[in-house]
Amino acid sequence: MEVHRHLDEELDTLRSSVLRLGGEAEAALIKTMRALTERDSAVAQEVLEHDDEIDQLEVEVDRQCVDIFALRQPAARDLRFVMSVAKMAPVLERIADHASNIARGAIDLNKEPEPKDYSRLRKMGEIASSMLGASLDAFTKNDAAAAREVIKRDAEINALHNQIFHELIEMMTEEPSTATRNARLLFVAKHLERIGDYVTDICELTVYMAEAAIIKHTH
Amino acid sequence: MSTSTLLINSKFAVGSRAALAERATKIAVDRLNFYYGRTQALQNISIKIPEQMVMAFIGPSGCGKTTFLRTLNRMNDVIPGTRVEGSVLIDDQDIYAPGSDVVDLRRKVGMVFQKSNPFPKSIFDNVAYGLRINHLSASKTELEDRVEQALQDAALWSEVKDRLKSSALSLSGGQQQRLCIARALAIRPEVILMDEPASALDPIATSKIEELIVDLKKQYTIVIVTHNMQQAARVSDLTAFFLLGKLIEVNTTEKMFTAPAEKVTEDYITGRFG
Repeated sequence: MEVHRHLDEELDTLRSSVLRLGGEAEAALIKTMRALTERDSAVAQEVLEHDDEIDQLEVEVDRQCVDIFALRQPAARDLRFVMSVAKMAPVLERIADHASNIARGAIDLNKEPEPKDYSRLRKMGEIASSMLGASLDAFTKNDAAAAREVIKRDAEINALHNQIFHELIEMMTEEPSTATRNARLLFVAKHLERIGDYVTDICELTVYMAEAAIIKHTH
Repeated sequence: MSTSTLLINSKFAVGSRAALAERATKIAVDRLNFYYGRTQALQNISIKIPEQMVMAFIGPSGCGKTTFLRTLNRMNDVIPGTRVEGSVLIDDQDIYAPGSDVVDLRRKVGMVFQKSNPFPKSIFDNVAYGLRINHLSASKTELEDRVEQALQDAALWSEVKDRLKSSALSLSGGQQQRLCIARALAIRPEVILMDEPASALDPIATSKIEELIVDLKKQYTIVIVTHNMQQAARVSDLTAFFLLGKLIEVNTTEKMFTAPAEKVTEDYITGRFG
């Protein structure tokens, strides 16, 4: 029983580590949207400065996964859990990278005249962070049904991205002087759209972990 | 021979199922009960083992996996007070039918034991033994050819070809076990039963036996009992989990080790049993 207790402890530590990484990615996303919509470059700078720490957390989760694979040879639900975490960690790190990219955009945008309306981008950011939080909850509860519900919401982000894309292109055509600023906003929208895709990946891994079902590329 | 209908839970269907379903059934066991005196050691076991595949039996000590393995070539017959109910068909022939030839059965179903048991004879004579007593070679040349072939099939030829007259007892533990496999192969069985064949060997010797098992399945149907779950995962196509004399689950090995159908199987495989 001693060996199993040690494995359980290691799995608990791994779960805590990946949730910490998830929490940091979620916080980076929320902060970066605040930096953008409230035009607060200091907050954007905080996001950028914190990114190295998130990178190190990913490396730590990766190391823990390798150790468990090598030393414990997990099987069945344990194998699916460690496998899912190993794939989830780089996805969370990428989400934080996108948050950093938005922060860089925010710093540049904050030097220019304020755009007319941030409401759609704000909405995209709210949906993305809400999806990310829900995906981490589903992972924590091993809840495949909840993960599937989160995946459905990616369509909302994609629809908003399409709207924003067309509006910004139209504005750039009508007012070429806004091209630089609107190009930066286009990038922000694209980063948020990609975050939606990454959250979908996290949910797919949760479904695999809970049900051993591979739903990637099927929805 | 009928096409195998494996007891695989459809919830966990995998790509390799189609390939497995195409395999003919080599061994079909139906409602088998086995008793040591009044003690029932196996309860209502039904399973189909496809030809040219490796099936691993896993389970905790005393679960009945070795007893079950030994029912497949009637090795338990030598234990007084044992009794079998149900049927074991190999190529559609019931091996427990009255008048069934046990010697012929054991020629067809070879066995390799946990501890290597070479005879205190030369390497050559160990492999030639079964051929000689069964009069299976017409000439000295044929005998030599079949001994060489068996040693090659057991991946031992290159290590012993220059010392065939040396005592088998001079070989290392791993080599002795491969010699026993060569001895079993020499009489050209169709099924090989292996009862923890590598449990007494070091990792390198174990690895050679495992590679050999995977090579041998091209020609033989192999059933292996192992306590080492990683070994079952490495060498077998199908895995059967036994508990307290009952067959709990049969599944493809991939599914057994990633998503078993039964909770009790998962508890055993993840080490949270009991």
